[in-house]
Amino acid sequence: MEETRKIRVLAAKPGLDGHDRGIKVVATALMEAGMEVIYTGIRQTPQQIVEAAIQEDVDVIGLSILSGAHDYHFPKVMELLKERGITDILVIGGGIIPEEDIPALKASGIKEIFGPGTSTKDIVKFIQENVKPKG
Amino acid sequence: MAHFDPSELKEAYNAWERSVEKSLNKAPERKPEFVNTSGIPIKRLYTPLDIHEISYQEEIGFPGNYPFTRGIQPTMYRGRFWTMRQYAGFGTAEESNKRYHYLLEQGQTGLSVAFDLPTQIGYDSDHEMAIGEVGKVGVAIDSLKDMEILFEGIPLGQVSTSMTINAPAGILLAMYMAVAEKQGVPFSELRGTIQNDILKEYTSRGTYIFPPGPSMRIVTDIFAFCSKNLPQWNTISISGYHIREAGSTAVQEVAFTLANGIAYVEAAINAGLDVDEFGPRLSFFFNSHLDFLEEIAKFRAARRLWAKIMKERFGAKNPRSMMVRFHTQTAGCTLTAQQPQNNIIRVAFQALAAVLGGTQSLHTNSMDEALCLPSEEAVQIALRTQQLIAYETNVSDTVDPLGGSYYIESLTNQIVQRAEEYIKKIDEMGGAVKAIEKGFIQREIQDSAYRYQKEIEEGQRVVVGVNRFKVEETIKSKILRVDPKVREVQIQRLRELKKERDNSRVKSALDRLGKAAEGKENLMPFIFEAVKAYATLGEICDVLRSVFGEYQPAVTIGR
Repeated sequence: MEETRKIRVLAAKPGLDGHDRGIKVVATALMEAGMEVIYTGIRQTPQQIVEAAIQEDVDVIGLSILSGAHDYHFPKVMELLKERGITDILVIGGGIIPEEDIPALKASGIKEIFGPGTSTKDIVKFIQENVKPKG
Repeated sequence: MAHFDPSELKEAYNAWERSVEKSLNKAPERKPEFVNTSGIPIKRLYTPLDIHEISYQEEIGFPGNYPFTRGIQPTMYRGRFWTMRQYAGFGTAEESNKRYHYLLEQGQTGLSVAFDLPTQIGYDSDHEMAIGEVGKVGVAIDSLKDMEILFEGIPLGQVSTSMTINAPAGILLAMYMAVAEKQGVPFSELRGTIQNDILKEYTSRGTYIFPPGPSMRIVTDIFAFCSKNLPQWNTISISGYHIREAGSTAVQEVAFTLANGIAYVEAAINAGLDVDEFGPRLSFFFNSHLDFLEEIAKFRAARRLWAKIMKERFGAKNPRSMMVRFHTQTAGCTLTAQQPQNNIIRVAFQALAAVLGGTQSLHTNSMDEALCLPSEEAVQIALRTQQLIAYETNVSDTVDPLGGSYYIESLTNQIVQRAEEYIKKIDEMGGAVKAIEKGFIQREIQDSAYRYQKEIEEGQRVVVGVNRFKVEETIKSKILRVDPKVREVQIQRLRELKKERDNSRVKSALDRLGKAAEGKENLMPFIFEAVKAYATLGEICDVLRSVFGEYQPAVTIGR
């Protein structure tokens, strides 16, 4: 029997902020939950992130920003994915993101935003329930 | 203390322990073992037995005297309170200038400038990488022109200014000097600090530009330049703050900070500087976290350990070279988005620990910082917290009031010992730069961060309002929003600047800087000339990038 493919996640930090504690903790938790995680490192442009997502053939992109630049970078990633005709990647985000910004981010196609205090278990669960299995 | 017989006390202590153990069946303790964040086991009780082997004169001493465990000044806050210094800056130079005037009117006693990320990473606001980031986490500074606006109406001879700037620290310092020159303030009167601590950027904060080699040269160039020209300026703020925020323990914070400090001192000595020439201008920056007594002991331990390093390892003679003068900020990572008003209380305890630990200046976080940039109201409460500690609690009326506590002294000792073990390990790797290149420090921090998060998720570590004592709430706060037009304003100003300035003067200043960078001369005079010609921050950094190259981090996750 064919082994089921592990969920592949791109953990990405768009923008210029260097706060990578959160994304590294989440990445480690996802790995421990049996997912394959590729971490981009900091200071990635939306173009680089989308490129990496395609190259690595991921099922999920997890974006993290703590500088307040989510309002530009998150929708930009979604726009570029759309341009490339990619609709089957689950995109989630986290960081210091004011409540009132969330509706606009979700409207752009981000499935969920996880703020401070989120348990990594909730993120694992969300991914498992919402990921679209690939071919 | 009256004389005591250790063996007699030991016997009495053992008898007491035995009687307690017996009662534990009926009245068990909350946990099978108590351990602090650094992994140091905490005993049920501390007695003179825990400290009788500590030599008061050698290890603790008097405030103002080596090894400065009790504080760096003889009278500490009986003379003057710590400097209340709130980190602030956002949007344009005009907006930040207004906030500084407001803070000074509210009784703040020093300025602390937050720069936006493009500025910190050496990009002008019109750079592609700056999109979405201009003015967000601090003020956007592209040229001397912005700096002139930032300090409009603030007499630089009368305030002390701290600037959180690292890779381009020399450029921002040069801009500050140029503003002072225009105000007619002699450089010798300038007081303040540039963070200039590039090593922790590689491990914890992320705003590096150049590789470690040339970065260390810039740092030592600044040391040398300031020792001749800006005698009151703190040339570096060797920072544990961000190491802790990235997830380290208290012991790791002390160890990695001082290991970085050792690397700077070695680099400066290798560059031909005398340790007592630059040593007195080194300053430090620590975090004040949740574990109240551990934090107090941590500050005391850092003072003792650094004093010994400077004296014994580097042969410093001037006591000022041995003093840890430090700024403290309360721990941003402990703030919760849930029930944000609880953060006021967290900050108050952390601030109190910093004061009991003998800080020279303090930033108290605002309660809304887990949600957004701090609002004016939240900043005011944060500043009032410090004023309350200073004026109402009277904890500052005697020096180091917790000194002599069996527990605090014992813990101070243990933190020193454990930090020394780390430093020894880092020495064996070839020093902090090598340990960073190997990813050792990064991995140690990550492991601690992950452990901390697991403890929260497994309920071993309680975060009030997050994993216990939760309420249903919709989180709303008065949000400070940065006008997205800031970038346009900055781009327009850059355009005008490039039209108005003497571009041939800019070009020749940048050419000279490039040549100096290729050679061995001190870069600061060349940067100063370029800044005064209104070369932009991005232009100056581009020249240095072309000579020095850019740092390529090794990405480390997993275990």
